[in-house]
Formats: sequence, structure tokens, C-alpha cells
Amino acid sequence: MRFFNRIATVLTTLFGISIFVFIVLRVIPGDTITSSLGIETGVLTPEQIQSLREYYGIDKPLIGQYLSWITSFLSGDLGFSYSTGAPVWELTKPALLVTTQLALFGTILGVMMGVAVGMFSARKPGSARDFAGQFFGLLALAIPGFVLSTTIVTVMANRFQYFPNGYEYMTPVEDLSMNLQQMLFPSLVLGIAVAAPVMRTTRSALLETVDKDFVRTAYGKGVKPRIVRLRHVLRNSLIPIVTMTGIQFGYLLGGAVIVEKIFALPGMGRQILDAINKREYATVQSSIMVFAILFVTINIVTDWVYRKVDPRIK
Amino acid sequence: MKTVREKTWINYYFKSTSGIVGLFLVSVMITLSIVSAFSLAPIDPLEQNPISALQGPNSTYWFGTDQFGRDIFSRSIDGMRRSLSVAILSVSIAALVGVFLGVIGGLFGGWIDNIVVRSSDVIFAFPAILLALAIVNSLGNSWIDTSIAIAIVYTPIFIRVARGPVLTVKEMDYVKSVRVLGFSTPRILIRHLMPNVFAPIVVQIALSLSWAILTESGLSFLGLGTQPPDASLGLMVSEAQPLAAFAWWALAFPSIFITVVVVGLNLVGDGLRDALDPARRSSG
Repeated sequence: MRFFNRIATVLTTLFGISIFVFIVLRVIPGDTITSSLGIETGVLTPEQIQSLREYYGIDKPLIGQYLSWITSFLSGDLGFSYSTGAPVWELTKPALLVTTQLALFGTILGVMMGVAVGMFSARKPGSARDFAGQFFGLLALAIPGFVLSTTIVTVMANRFQYFPNGYEYMTPVEDLSMNLQQMLFPSLVLGIAVAAPVMRTTRSALLETVDKDFVRTAYGKGVKPRIVRLRHVLRNSLIPIVTMTGIQFGYLLGGAVIVEKIFALPGMGRQILDAINKREYATVQSSIMVFAILFVTINIVTDWVYRKVDPRIK
Repeated sequence: MKTVREKTWINYYFKSTSGIVGLFLVSVMITLSIVSAFSLAPIDPLEQNPISALQGPNSTYWFGTDQFGRDIFSRSIDGMRRSLSVAILSVSIAALVGVFLGVIGGLFGGWIDNIVVRSSDVIFAFPAILLALAIVNSLGNSWIDTSIAIAIVYTPIFIRVARGPVLTVKEMDYVKSVRVLGFSTPRILIRHLMPNVFAPIVVQIALSLSWAILTESGLSFLGLGTQPPDASLGLMVSEAQPLAAFAWWALAFPSIFITVVVVGLNLVGDGLRDALDPARRSSG
């Protein structure tokens, strides 16, 4: 029953998202025709404009446009890119892989950094090392991704003449070593953004668990301190850390928009950004929808991991 | 009674060093913005001086100049004024609308609550910058459009923050008893529910201001929002990208400005959280 409830919630949310996306994009002044032809639109006769509107399906009432979009979306047809004529799904598939890889690497790096610095800080609350750890967390939170990316690009390209993202993007299958080099800095930038809240959560969760009776018992019965910290303290602090990671994964997808642009990675973020600039309704709508589905899926996965980590949660 | 309580949390706030540092950083940035708002900047931020293009920091141009010979200090404080204006307007809208909807939803429950929660779930399902991007693109590039876009993005957070305490408090005995006594709903709302919502909202405002600044500068970095030649911190960073190899100051100073104000707001938020939450006071 709970399962069905959950599915129903997810479906209503996705339905709401589809309507929201549709409406937001319809508010944009100008339509596909004016944006693809520019001032040449003025040369067209009203009849020509009308036939183009019919061709693109934007002459129909809004509700009809929505229904035809959502039914074809659900049947796997994401529409066509107006400028290249390619099916949107063909563009989206590789882009989705790029963003997923980036997001995964970013999250892994972020969790590693965040948990490490959090543990480092929590060892001695109020000490100099705690201060250093917290200072790292604060800076990681406050330095915008685009500042960090721009700085890395500048320093790497000019001081070290090393800039793998200057070359054409390689998928892991085409050239694994090149792909990893191209993913390194972007995922580091995203990772740092994830590390900040993960670090804070880790620190406070650890400090809370350390005071528990079972930890004192473990120390008392002579378990090695390192083992206590890993098996007893960290293990029991995992839930808030997992939750925070799940939340951050979503934000990270947003950060991907900026990072993909700076590092010239052909991912979802850049695809959406390009499509917005070209006013390609079909591409933007369908890509944002795919993005939102990805986001909602992540939340479900987080929920599932949550249960695995803590069997007490039903 | 009330003044005594307020005095207490303000006292607590000023006991924390990081809170004071945060307040100081934010005050400096606000002061600089006010200087810029009254056109008191040392040099007109739009004035081009080709002869003095790309100068490093010196006594005339404190932060150096860009490729058009424009003063980076004046442009930075002008950009800070824009960022802060957008952040303050958007967070005010988000807080007013969000708290209103959250309190209404929590108080009345039922289908009203359902609609409020479902709609905020929909907005939560988008990465903030992407949503703001789409909305700004539809609305336009003025600072008010940008503020509205950012306000929409952050409204659900305020809905959540306000709704939670209302749900808990309305079931508490003291609220039930005043209801039995026949107090009107608005009176219960203002005298008994709002004080419980106040603390988390204040903290949320400080943190949201910092997120709003990051979102605004991200948008202007991507070319949405403030348009050239006007100065905006995000736009300055993106314009400095090709220059940064030989003119580090063009990249460094606007970046530092964003970082400093965001650090400041976060420290203020943390300080407020500790000061307003009695449970945290002992540990802090």
C-alpha cells in the first residue's frame, strides 16, 4: 500500500512538472518561427506564417499542444530539433550519459572529501583542526562553481599548458584515458560543492553519535579507537549523510549546467542551455522533463538506500 | 516580556565570533552597495579609459582596470549593489508568499494543504539554476524579472519551513486550549503560531539571501539577467575569463566579492540559528 502511495505521489509530481514546464516555456515571447528566421519573418506572407505554424503544430490551442506533446513523450517520441531536424531523443541519449557520469563522479568525489573533512573536524571539536575543516566547508559553500571552474581553466591552461577539455569530447568507450582527464576538473568542481554540506552533516552527526552510550561501551570494552570511529560512530551517523548526499545530487545536476558550459562537455545542461537560446520548444521541454525524471528517480533511490542503511526505517 | 526575550537572543548572537565576523562582512558589502547606489563610487563604473586599459591594482584604480579601461572597483561595488538588490527583493517575495502559503496549508490542512505541498514538490523537482534560467528567459532580463524568477525557485523552501512548526504547534495543548477559550483564528495565528515560525524563518532568510546571490551571479555569468555594459559580478567573471591569464585582477576581485558576501551571510545564518534555538545555546 505504501509502495502504491509513493508511486502515485511521484506520478502526480511528474504530471505537475510537465504542466509547469509547458506553461513556463509558452510565456516566452516570440515563437519557433520568429526565432529561427529572425527578422526575415517580416518577409513572409501571413499565409506562409500560418502554414509554418500548422507545420510545427503551434496553431492548435494550448491544451491540444500539451496533450499531443505529452502523449508522444510518453510513447518515447521526444520530438525533433527544429534547427537540425534530428530526433531529440538521439541528442538526449549521449548527453544524458555525459551528465550522469559527471554527476556520479562529482558525488563520489564530494562524499569522499566531505566525509573525510567532516571526520577530521569532528575528532576534536573547537580545536584548530576543527576550525580548518569548517573553514574549508564554508569556502566550498561560498565559492561559486563558475568562479572555481574559470580559475582552474585559467591556471591549468596557462601555467601548465594542460587543458584536456580543449580537445573534442571523448566518450569512455572511444578513449577512456582522455574521457577521464576531461571529467576530472568538472567533477572536482561539482564535488567541492557537494563536499561542503556533506562535511557539515558528517561533523554534526558524528558529534551527536560520539556521546551515545554504546560508543562509550565500545571504548570501555577495549575496542581499538579507529575501529570504534569507523564501525560504531560512522556507521550510526550514515543516515543524515546519505540523506544529504541525495539532496546534493539533485543540486549537482543544476551545477552541471554551468560546469558543462565552461568545460565544453556535451551534457544535458549544455543541451538545455543551447536549446533555450535557440528557442527550441521541443528540445527544451523534453530535455527538462528527462532531467526532472532523473531527479525524481534519484530521490527514490536515496529513499531506498536509506532503508538499506537503517533497517529500523520501515 | 517580549523585549527581554529579544535581548537574550541578540546577546547570544554577539557571543559568537563567527556571527560577528559574518555581520561585519555583510555590513561592509551593504555599505559599499550604498556608496554605489548614491553614485559615490570613485570612478563611473561605465566610464571607458582606453589609455589606462588592463592596469593592475594601483592608487587610482584600486582593483585595476578591464580591457576597456573601466575601473574594476567601481564595477564590483556596482555589481554587488545589483546582486544584493535582486537577493533582497527575491527573498522578500519568497518569504512572504512562502510563509503565507505554508501557514495556510499547515493550519487548514485538507485539500488546500495538499495543493500547496504538491506544487512545492513540483518546483523542488528542478535544479534551482535551471528553473531560474527558464523563467528569466520567459520573463526578461530586468532585475525585477530576475528577482521574480529567483523568488519562484526559493518559495517552496519557505513553505516547508513555515508549515512544519505550524503543524506541530497547532496540535499542542496550549493552542487547543486557547481555541476552546474562543480566541479567533487570526489571533491564534499571530499571537501563538507565528512566534514559533519566526526563528526558522529568520535563519532561512539569511541562508536564502546567500543562495539568491549565487543564483543571480550564476545567471548573469550565463548571460541572463544584467546585460552589458552594466556591471554584475557574474558577468564580470565571465568577461574576465579570456583576460585572466594576464590580468588576474579582472577575475579575482569580482570573485572575491561574491565569495565574501556569501561567506558573510552563511555565518550570519549559522549565528542566528544558534542564537534563536535554545537547545543549541548550551553547546555553542
